[in-house]
Amino acid sequence: MVIVNPATTKNADAAGVSTPLVGVHDIRKNYQLGETEVHALRGVSVRIHAGDFVAIMGASGSGKSTFMNILGCLDKPTSGQYLLEGTDVSALTKKELARIRNQKIGFVFQGFNLLGRTTALENTELPMLYSRTHKNDRERRAREALVQVGLGDRADHFPSQLSGGQQQRVAIARALVSQPRMLLADEPTGNLDSRTSVEVMEIFQKLNADGLTIILVTHEPDIAQFAKREIVFRDGQIKRDDVVEVPHVASEVLKTMPTIKD
Amino acid sequence: MKSLRRNLVRTVLTVLGLVVGIAAFICVVGVGKAGSAKVEHELQKLGDNMVWIEAGSRATNGVRFGTRETKSLTVEDSRAIFAEIPGLKRMSPNVDGRVQVVNGTQNWNTTYRGVAPEYFDIRRWEVQTGTIFTHDDVDRDVPVCLLGQTVVENLFPNEDPVGKSIRVQAMPCRVIGVFQPKGASASGWDQDDFVAMPYTTAMKRIGGTSWLDDIFFSATSRNAIPIATRQAVALLRERHHLHPDEPDDFNIRSPEDVIRLQLQSSQIFTLLLGTIASLALLVGGIGIMNIMLVSVTERTREIGVRLAIGATEADIQFQFLAEAVAISFLGGLLGVVAGVGASSLFQTTLQWDIQLTPQLLISSGLFAAGIGIFFGYYPSRKASQLNPIEALRYE
Repeated sequence: MVIVNPATTKNADAAGVSTPLVGVHDIRKNYQLGETEVHALRGVSVRIHAGDFVAIMGASGSGKSTFMNILGCLDKPTSGQYLLEGTDVSALTKKELARIRNQKIGFVFQGFNLLGRTTALENTELPMLYSRTHKNDRERRAREALVQVGLGDRADHFPSQLSGGQQQRVAIARALVSQPRMLLADEPTGNLDSRTSVEVMEIFQKLNADGLTIILVTHEPDIAQFAKREIVFRDGQIKRDDVVEVPHVASEVLKTMPTIKD
Repeated sequence: MKSLRRNLVRTVLTVLGLVVGIAAFICVVGVGKAGSAKVEHELQKLGDNMVWIEAGSRATNGVRFGTRETKSLTVEDSRAIFAEIPGLKRMSPNVDGRVQVVNGTQNWNTTYRGVAPEYFDIRRWEVQTGTIFTHDDVDRDVPVCLLGQTVVENLFPNEDPVGKSIRVQAMPCRVIGVFQPKGASASGWDQDDFVAMPYTTAMKRIGGTSWLDDIFFSATSRNAIPIATRQAVALLRERHHLHPDEPDDFNIRSPEDVIRLQLQSSQIFTLLLGTIASLALLVGGIGIMNIMLVSVTERTREIGVRLAIGATEADIQFQFLAEAVAISFLGGLLGVVAGVGASSLFQTTLQWDIQLTPQLLISSGLFAAGIGIFFGYYPSRKASQLNPIEALRYE
């Protein structure tokens, strides 16, 4: 299955002026942590266009997670503007935000976060449960998504029967199944060994080549080299925002790595 | 729903709490209902809004006079009361006493009761075979009688008494009817052991008296009883020329009130037991709430994931509420089954009277589901209000 990013087609129609998929302007986020006020984000502005593959780097406490939560519509900025496909997200209700998360954003977490004692197929179907997709349609699309991440033959396995890399691939299938505009991955390789990490990056590069926008948080510089663009956070601000000159190609890297025989 | 199966032992224990509560509730209410029904049946048998005037004063200087000690209650009194006091729809004089009745070689000592035809309506006596006597029979003091079931059994073990002749004391008397049996009264005496005849016949041919032992009335309604009673007392005192200092030379009572009190106390008892059983249900409900809260905490990350991938607050709340309702409805269903089982066990082993109505069973089941909604609301609300970011980070 080839994912055609609807965002790309739509933007092309918009009189030649390309609306960025993500338009963030001077967002700030303050937390009250006990007595002290924490300034997690201190004025961040960035534009991410459809089809991009962005790695967000930074030490812990640099504000990158807060930024991701805001991008994922799980959190709202204290001030500033976040336009997702031109829509001001801060004006939306909780219910509308839930709908955006369901339809436009796919999440991949560090800890996989699959439901235990629920099959890979059922885990993958989960987002469609909340978009009230018909049962038959749900199963068909979930199977397609699993095939896309190379787990077509593991649909009926439980997470406990799958390796970490396989679990993360189920999580990616779950994120893909509702055909989102962008994939947000928060340290997706944090719990994986290096070979499995590169395998996950291979999937990401393939999905990106098919048109999916991917935003990836990582603290591993190696992993960031698989992306097209690298944004570095520091003390709640963007310190660096560079194009990765020659991104690593995961499928090539894999050839140089030793395979683990099991 | 799946999570219920995942924690099977926990689910079963929670359900069990509710099962016990519902079953106890059903048994208790069943026992209470049976008790009330029994008393109500008693009330029904006793009479139709009966007001009862009995000759003889209740107490004079602590000395009680029996029925036969005063001779002041007359047929004229009965007519006067019935004519002058509104709120009474039927009246019957009554004379009674012990008497020997004989049929051939069979004889039996029983009570004779001389009454008017209205008596049978007032006291709700139904005729099984034959007919009752008429006012004409009363006017002409005809020697006819009707037999209670006990008398029939003793005088006519193997034949139909209607049309036969018996001797009541020295008087030959034609049997014109037999009553439906009523059984023992609330106080235990055999109500079917009597012979009924026109009061004129009894007065002239058996007792040889000119006064009455009792007068029975039916009031038009229950509410009419107290007023009619007060007016009857005043009228009787006036007719008997009693000085204000003198005590009544009669007793007036409405025995239905006594039984109504019994009914009330049986209902209060049921209510009390029901309340205690409801406490068991309440405990079951708290158990559900407890388990749901544990479940919400345990599944914090799951809730976080669900919220992140697009579940709305309403979706999450519905999910947990549905689990609570499923637990409680299952508990209710099994509780109804256990309740029915336990009550039939009590009925057979302890001879308890238990009355189960479909309404009771249905309302118990619905009540259980209601408990699920009530006690599941807070945990499900709590789940839906979780912050997805914190929930995802929860260890």
